[in-house]
Amino acid sequence: MIRVALMGLGKMGLSHCAIVNTHPDVELVAVCDTSDYLLSILGKHTKLKTYRDHRRMIQAESLDAVIVATPSRLHAGMVREALMAGLHVFCEKPFCLDAEEGLQLAELAEERKRVNQVGYHHRFIATFHEAKRLLEFNVLGKLHHIRAEAHGPVVLKPKGNTWRTQKEEGGGCLYDYASHAIDLVNYLVGRPQAVGGTIMNRLFSGDAEDEVYANLFYADGMTGQIAANWSDESERKMSTKVTIWGANGKISADRQDLHVYVRDSTLVPEGINKGWNARYTTDLTDSVWFYLRGEEYSAQLGHFIEAIKAGRCDTRSTFRSAVETDLVVSALARDSEAARTETDPSHVPAPDEQEGETGLWSTVLRSRQRDTSRRSNGAYQ
Amino acid sequence: MKQVILGDNQFFGINHMSEEKARAQAIRFQDTSAIIEAIDIAYDEGIKVFMCTTHERVAEICDHVRANPDRYRDFQFYPCMPYAHKYANAVTEKGLVGALKSFLPEENAISALFGGAMSVARKDIEGLAALLIDAEMKMFRGLQIPVIFLQNVVTDLLLGLGMKDALVIFAEHVKRRYQAEPGFITMNAPRLLDVLEECGIDNPIICSNVNKIGFRMSGGLDRYEAIIASRRFRPIAMSVLASGAIPAEEAIEYVCRQPKIESIVFGASSRQNIRHTKQLIDRHAADAA
Repeated sequence: MIRVALMGLGKMGLSHCAIVNTHPDVELVAVCDTSDYLLSILGKHTKLKTYRDHRRMIQAESLDAVIVATPSRLHAGMVREALMAGLHVFCEKPFCLDAEEGLQLAELAEERKRVNQVGYHHRFIATFHEAKRLLEFNVLGKLHHIRAEAHGPVVLKPKGNTWRTQKEEGGGCLYDYASHAIDLVNYLVGRPQAVGGTIMNRLFSGDAEDEVYANLFYADGMTGQIAANWSDESERKMSTKVTIWGANGKISADRQDLHVYVRDSTLVPEGINKGWNARYTTDLTDSVWFYLRGEEYSAQLGHFIEAIKAGRCDTRSTFRSAVETDLVVSALARDSEAARTETDPSHVPAPDEQEGETGLWSTVLRSRQRDTSRRSNGAYQ
Repeated sequence: MKQVILGDNQFFGINHMSEEKARAQAIRFQDTSAIIEAIDIAYDEGIKVFMCTTHERVAEICDHVRANPDRYRDFQFYPCMPYAHKYANAVTEKGLVGALKSFLPEENAISALFGGAMSVARKDIEGLAALLIDAEMKMFRGLQIPVIFLQNVVTDLLLGLGMKDALVIFAEHVKRRYQAEPGFITMNAPRLLDVLEECGIDNPIICSNVNKIGFRMSGGLDRYEAIIASRRFRPIAMSVLASGAIPAEEAIEYVCRQPKIESIVFGASSRQNIRHTKQLIDRHAADAA
């Protein structure tokens, strides 16, 4: 049996706890959190040992692996301590807020030959995994554009006060939501070389962004776009969608279905037709030993346990691949501060030029803005 | 005869195969009168049980049924609680304890429960569970509720964590306070049945996916077939069509062949689909008998 402990009993922590606790090859021995309330409940009603201090837990229990599901800011320190103690580590996403530190941890895990995985569970959603497989078959030919979106109803009021809405803690839509879309892009087509035109808007969160939009650029000329908004009430839960265009057609996938449009069927493997091809989660998804909220959550933990049993460290979502995602995330954060191109062509950013110009375009734009504000008082027709 | 139960996923934009289809349904049913119309069609076809989440819009349906007692003389609700997304989103926004506080009804009860970590530990989860269940049940006051279900996300979370006491607390509270039978929705029926038996919950009502492709039947199709054939419990089949992956005729023929399954939940919404599904179930149930 593989002896596992878990740190951080938030939403993901509890969910991981329930899933890994039922795995036939795992003994979940202990959990660690700072909430006495949760610890007292779990201590009394389950067989789990409870700790307030993760160091004591690692010392006292002879563990094989840990699951780190604490707020993002705490990941790096805990992962390092676990690796130094010789443990295999599954860490929630985003991996580290500092990509440099993430890279050190990836190297440490590789040196010590410890199984390392980050909880980017979209890599375990069957439709997205199938999209990856189709790309490996080169079904679309040369790729020219990818678009990944994540929308959902997380922050809908201006008063969220958990770590998820605090930038310093690794909160915000960029780390929490956009990171999934970015990781999916990295998984499918690799890390972009550059990013540009990043927009990060605040809608409700006082301290962090609620929506993120950005462009991605690849060395071979391919481009991409990311769109993420965690304040979208029209979605019942997180909805992720990816579309990839290539010379021979397009792939479009969400968590439930996958559609492939093929222009020339002689260029693709047998079984894929010219025109539209549809595949559904009901036939793509493998059954899991225990189901809670989605097969992908069990599949990723099952994958981690299998890797430990097989003694191989090349998981589908390694620390190193998560660092690649962190690199894009931090590039977007930097890029959102970058200069924008003025729409007023007479506004040449010369050193001696003043703000608030009186050129033709500025005048037109100002009068347009006035029109818009007048219109917005009226009713929608 | 198999009992046919009308489910509610189709009314609230839930479809496990297609987000697009889910959205189209959400739009179609965003006015509660459209849901009531579908319920009326089902009722007139002899489908008199509505299995529904404790979604805030179900409260409007409850009001309508209460206001028209003659029309809905034999109409029964099978409430399924909690409406999990409400809690999940609140946990993200406010943290776990903050979310619990926001859903508890009375100020006094809250301070009693959260007076301090130690008092919480002593008073335990029983009082908390009772308050949460009662809050969810408010909308069904005065209606016929023979069975009350625990939603799969909670059943399976408790099952996974090994919190058997909590399953028993739910069952006992439902029996005592509402004179209703406890039911459990799960995606892990074979494991749940073992645990409920261990807890002394005899002949439990378990609602789970039962479909011939084994979609979301954790533990595997074979084990499901084995427990249905040989163990003592009252299975209710849902996701019989696996969200449309299996043709209706084939799907229903399969479920009707399982003798122990007395009830089938399905989620049709048009007159034609409701009538067709009911007829298919009646025919195949008669053939199997």
